[in-house]
Amino acid sequence: MSSAWSWYVIVLVVLNLAGCVWLLRWTGKRRPGDPKPEDTSHWWDGDITEYNKPMPRWWLGLFYITVVFAVGYLIYYPGMGAWAGTSAWTSAREHDADKAEADQRIAAAFAPYADKPVEELARDPVALRHGQAIFANHCAACHGADARGARGFPDLSDDIWHWGGQPQDVLTSVMDGRQAAMPPLAGALGSAAKIDQTIAYVRSLSGLPVDSQQAAAGAAHFAGLCTACHGPEGKGNALMGAPDLTDKYWLYGSDPDSIRETLVLGRNGNMPAHAALLGPARARVVAAWVYSRSHGEAKPQ
Amino acid sequence: MSASTTARYNDKVVRQFTLMTVVWGVVGMAVGVLIAAQLYWPTLAEGIPWLSYGRLRPLHTNAVIFAFGGCALMGTSFYVVQRTCHARLFSDRLAAFVFWGWQAVIVAAAVTLPLGLSQGKEYAELEWPIDILITLVWVAYGVVFFGTIARRRVPHIYVANWFYASFIVAVALLHIVNNLAIPVGWLKSYSLYTGAVDAMAQWWYGHNAVGFFLTAGFLGMMYYFVPKQAGRPVYSYRLSIVHFWALIAIYMWAGPHHLQYTALPDWAQSLGMVFSLVLLAPSWGGAINGVMTLSGAWHKLRTDPIIKFLIVALSFYMIATFEGPMMSIKTVNSLSHYTDWTVGHVHAGALGWVAMITLGSVYAMLPRLLGLQQMWSVRLIDTHFWVHTLGVVLYIASMWIAGVMQGLMWRAANADGTLTYSFVESLAATYPYYLIRLIGGLLVLAGMGLMALNVWRTWRLAEPVPETAVLPPAATAHA
Repeated sequence: MSSAWSWYVIVLVVLNLAGCVWLLRWTGKRRPGDPKPEDTSHWWDGDITEYNKPMPRWWLGLFYITVVFAVGYLIYYPGMGAWAGTSAWTSAREHDADKAEADQRIAAAFAPYADKPVEELARDPVALRHGQAIFANHCAACHGADARGARGFPDLSDDIWHWGGQPQDVLTSVMDGRQAAMPPLAGALGSAAKIDQTIAYVRSLSGLPVDSQQAAAGAAHFAGLCTACHGPEGKGNALMGAPDLTDKYWLYGSDPDSIRETLVLGRNGNMPAHAALLGPARARVVAAWVYSRSHGEAKPQ
Repeated sequence: MSASTTARYNDKVVRQFTLMTVVWGVVGMAVGVLIAAQLYWPTLAEGIPWLSYGRLRPLHTNAVIFAFGGCALMGTSFYVVQRTCHARLFSDRLAAFVFWGWQAVIVAAAVTLPLGLSQGKEYAELEWPIDILITLVWVAYGVVFFGTIARRRVPHIYVANWFYASFIVAVALLHIVNNLAIPVGWLKSYSLYTGAVDAMAQWWYGHNAVGFFLTAGFLGMMYYFVPKQAGRPVYSYRLSIVHFWALIAIYMWAGPHHLQYTALPDWAQSLGMVFSLVLLAPSWGGAINGVMTLSGAWHKLRTDPIIKFLIVALSFYMIATFEGPMMSIKTVNSLSHYTDWTVGHVHAGALGWVAMITLGSVYAMLPRLLGLQQMWSVRLIDTHFWVHTLGVVLYIASMWIAGVMQGLMWRAANADGTLTYSFVESLAATYPYYLIRLIGGLLVLAGMGLMALNVWRTWRLAEPVPETAVLPPAATAHA
């Protein structure tokens, strides 16, 4: 803050606080010729008038106390323009101190889990309790508090894993994130009729009711455009996060309109990387909790 | 205007504003009940964009503040300024423009907000063409009000008019500065400010909308109708002076307390907090002056439901103006911010203070406007009072509990440093309180229904009466 602005703030603050005190003292005094407290003076609208009683002492006291507090606070804390305050307090410093303390506590609490395999942690009820709390803080916003996901956010409690369900796969998903890319295929497919045929074929893969002629025609388009990722039988490929299209789980919906949107516009699923946010030990613990959802001998309470 | 004995007050515009106060009160609170129901049944209006919570919430706030509150303030200020200046309004044509212009603003808001047209600034959502109309109406309002003051026939300006005057001047300033924007089309504009400056301008506006629209303006109403209805002199002239000047000076500083622990610089946050605390005494000064005016007439609380409305309004004013400074303390704010405690606080002010002082004033003023002694049913006023009070208590108590609970749940941490609760758990815990709030809101709305009935029946009793003659200043000669 430039010193001109700083002085501008200081002068205004002082004027306001000093003005309050002056106002209280000036109006608190009774001068010769003032109407007595019980006298009424000034009449309006026939019957409205006013006494001139003294201000309640407790109220005056309250007013002065707040002004004194204000002065003290503005000496101790920043407030008077560029004046930093005698406490040297800043919100950034307070945040850094709080965070350092929290980081230390977290590091100590999670140190024992740093090197343990995810499967082992998934059987440790104490680790699972920690894992559930981390999941609630960091993952539940998208995947739901019960890990059952939502449209566009995979269900983590079932046996279907688009990026692989081995402990190491789950840990990698947590640490490094995943970037799925279903490309838009409207141009490649060319016509609305071909898009409809492909939709029918894709739906037939998981046994949904379709027009069999449409589906048969769609099989050819599928073979040309989709098999590279989803495989010739539509079984998917966990290496690139291409979902198995033959199962009953549809991340973006199985109705023809949803599939049309998927085909025409593509999909870009984005699981953000959490390595920097959680650190390796906490990532391991939360991966263990997620793993335990679908490998559930030791469910936490 | 000549001081001829045939001069009369312009009560037509006051009657118009009074009627619309009741109408917009019912509408605004009905929208409030609808969105409270949406919080309890989130899928209530699913798939209908113009009934979605995000669009109706600003419609609710604008309707109750600027339509219900605005009509009440404009109507009572025109009533009060004429009677305490012993003069007819400065200009009937301008006054009519103020009425119809303000209704046009309200209708424009009721159309554009559900369409999703918004500047995205709280309490300043309306897009720039409407903002310009507001400015024109407001200038006309100021001309009528100050013009009437200028032609007053008594030497002293009554304290109620100080407050109405400060409200008119400050709102003009706030509205213009906060709404400065660059239009990019008829229905879209971008604020002139950016980042933290934009946030600060917005909350400088937002808090002073509370301070001048919802506080100073309604204190003007209080200063006329409390002594009038109680038949007692105002308690202390010197207290009026001190708390008026202190209130309008200090309120201007309090905005940053809406932005504690944000990107706003530390010094501005500190000033927002300390001036909010200094604001406690000036705020209470008005309440003391109002409540003490009734001393010597306490028995009227038993028999006169209008006095009940006015005095309970002042009690809620004291509660809300104690609570506000407390919530601005950074330590408290770190708990209360973003929770339903804030919602409870606002409604203690809006339903407790603003609505109750308005309802009492309208019940006092309407019969006089219609040449009657009293409303069609005084018992119905009493019923309204109790239904409303119960509704307000249910509303704010549920939001207090819900808010403090949310604040505690959001900050609760396990020994391992993780948060104890996920957000949705705090939402689930809040769920029953949303039902209690909805019931409170329904009671308040039901009370407004009783009022609408009472107003309608009172209006039917009214004979066509000539406008009230302007009281000659001689009638107010010193006792």
